[in-house]
Amino acid sequence: MKGLSKDRLWSVAVLLPSVVLIAVFVYGFIARSVYVSLTDWGNDPAQALALDPVIRFIGLANYQDLFTGFLQGRFRQELVSTVFFTAFFILGCLGLGLGLALILDRNPRGEGLWRTIFLFPMSLSFIVTGTIWRWMLQPGGGVNQAPTLFGAPPSTFPWLSSTEAIWKFDWNRLPLLTASVVAAVLIVVAVRALRAGDRRRTLVAALCAALLLGWALLVAPNLKLLPAPELHGFNLALIGIIIAAVWQMSGYTMALYLAGLRGIPEELREAAKVDGAGDLGMYRHVIFPLLAPISLSAMIVLGHISLKIFDLVYAMSGPDNINTSVPALNMYLTSFRQNQFALGAAIGTILLILVAFVIVPYLASQFRGEEGHA
Amino acid sequence: MKKALLIAAALAVPTSAAAAGKLEIFSWWAGDEGPALEALVKLYKQRYPSVAVDNATVSGGAGTNAKAVLKTRMLGGTPPDSFQAHAGQELIGTWVVANRMEDLSGLFRSEGWDKAFPKDLVRLISSKGGIWSVPVNVHRSNVMWYNPARLKSWGVTVPKTWPEFLSTCTKLKAKGVAAPLVVGENWTQQHLWESVAIGTLGAQNWENLWAGKLKFTDPRVVGAFTTFGKVMDCANKDASGLSWQQASDRIISGQSAFNIMGDWAAGYFTTTKKLAPNTGFGWAPSPGTTKTFVMLADSFGLPKGAKNRAEALNWLRVLGSKAGQDAFNPLKGSIAARTDSDLSKYNTYSRSAAADWKSNKIVGSLVHGAVAPESFMSAFGTVIDQFVASRNSAGAAAAAQQLAVRAGIGK
Repeated sequence: MKGLSKDRLWSVAVLLPSVVLIAVFVYGFIARSVYVSLTDWGNDPAQALALDPVIRFIGLANYQDLFTGFLQGRFRQELVSTVFFTAFFILGCLGLGLGLALILDRNPRGEGLWRTIFLFPMSLSFIVTGTIWRWMLQPGGGVNQAPTLFGAPPSTFPWLSSTEAIWKFDWNRLPLLTASVVAAVLIVVAVRALRAGDRRRTLVAALCAALLLGWALLVAPNLKLLPAPELHGFNLALIGIIIAAVWQMSGYTMALYLAGLRGIPEELREAAKVDGAGDLGMYRHVIFPLLAPISLSAMIVLGHISLKIFDLVYAMSGPDNINTSVPALNMYLTSFRQNQFALGAAIGTILLILVAFVIVPYLASQFRGEEGHA
Repeated sequence: MKKALLIAAALAVPTSAAAAGKLEIFSWWAGDEGPALEALVKLYKQRYPSVAVDNATVSGGAGTNAKAVLKTRMLGGTPPDSFQAHAGQELIGTWVVANRMEDLSGLFRSEGWDKAFPKDLVRLISSKGGIWSVPVNVHRSNVMWYNPARLKSWGVTVPKTWPEFLSTCTKLKAKGVAAPLVVGENWTQQHLWESVAIGTLGAQNWENLWAGKLKFTDPRVVGAFTTFGKVMDCANKDASGLSWQQASDRIISGQSAFNIMGDWAAGYFTTTKKLAPNTGFGWAPSPGTTKTFVMLADSFGLPKGAKNRAEALNWLRVLGSKAGQDAFNPLKGSIAARTDSDLSKYNTYSRSAAADWKSNKIVGSLVHGAVAPESFMSAFGTVIDQFVASRNSAGAAAAAQQLAVRAGIGK
């Protein structure tokens, strides 16, 4: 009975409630949502809100509808928007945060005050940020009036109401595009492995790349997801939302980077100086490499925020503007306004998978790191 | 036995005040519309003084928040005693098809309402042989607003049909009006689509569309989409950033000539903007819809399993009565659904609308929930958005037809 010491019992007793609660309210509900997404709950309005609804299992039909259905063009545009939004949001936050941190690291006068000012936006909720920025980005006011301060005519950019899109591509070519991108990555892996002299890896990567490329060039062009071409691209109306989101979160990356910069031992900098590194060289070869893990954690945190984003968009351009819409908003409208619970659950599941793509590799690397240390 | 009775009596005393009179009313009438609801509650309390009225208002435009709360309560098995819903398919397609509402046709018969309300209206709130809600007020959706002085200075008259509107639009553009028509965010564009569709299809075809007798893919409906596209070419480009009030402001300022909006705009012009009807602002039925009244109404229904059913029925009686409707509507800025209301209590605009209400053909509004269920409307907004971006009439019509099939329209 060595395993059941008093301490052990205590720890089990203390942990059990949270384990049970998480099992039910997190994993249980995830499982339930995934199950609902495989049914037809709500596709028939008469059954959606009935006391005792008849719900049938229909497999992956909801997912098929989302990716290839004629009516779900909005969802596909939202997926594309999310990718662009995430990329620009992360780049913006990392760039601005690093820049601010580098300035503050030089100990300017009133550093504490500046730090507070830059971090302040983070203390607001996205709803507040969204409301403020909606005022600023109004067609006839705020940012567009700024040039008049310098005597120039007001700008006329339709910040949140633009219907223009750039970098458009046909959804039907998505298999071709994704296969090509993955193949390109695999070729890079193969070349690297070749240089490192790892023959087996080179062969596997090259073979996979060749297969994918062959599929992309020979099979994918004949694959028609949709009967007609459907163009999706980067909606210019998203720029306003990206600006607001970067404004909100760049203080956070600044704080992370500043902590990282302050954590670099002075000896390293001195050693680099002794070795003859200039300012630029020191940043390139000493400081930035040491900040890489911070960039990674910031990317993970920002990445999952941007995939799940809902409140900022809702506050800035409302729920019905498809040019700025995101999947989370669509999930809300589909489930709770159209009462199509199964379709909404399917969108939710896709969001969960997207977030998992970001989080799981990070968690895995964390666990591995911890084991390495132990 | 005696003892049991005594206990029952003892138990009943403290609770009798609550049990004898409690009524929970669920609505989204807050803010500007609050006083109108208060007037109704006051009237109810005069008739039933012992009843404690619990006004459960969930604020938020057009009831988006309230509807979400309502769903939670209905699914959780604690429905309010009576709740607000847009009259027609929004209620029928959501709650009646799910078998969650009580049939009120008995109440309509005993109160003589089948005669007090216009026949077209009763048809819109009925399905499957039942009548499902009591309409409190009526708003008109197909109204075109303009600024009489500005129209005069531009030298144009109010167009009567959509082709005439398009030529007026060209004329105004030549005079330097960049956007002769002003539209706002998504739903106001759907609102415009509805007026264009009724104006080009005619009232009868509009009814056929929702009865499933006319398909969206019919060339006539595709043509309505094409006309809508041309009308949108006359409109401002910054639409999605504007609320309907901001859009109305552009009529007053003379930046645009016309706006198609429901008649709550009359309340905005007179109360908020202090403008006189007929001089400060003018109105006409939207092009092609003279003699047609596109209506929407707020109504109350009786959910199955309401805790205070008797009180709720009394509440519905007050709502449908002449006194109730005349207490509510002048304050809300709408007209009474009954045809016998006291017009001396209403303002200039409302009197003209009430006259049309009695004489015109009445059809239901799409965007305000009268003719299609929520599942159709909400997704139709996306169709309109995509159409505005792509101008593909056939594609939009096909998408709308798929939606209609999925939502069970015409079944």
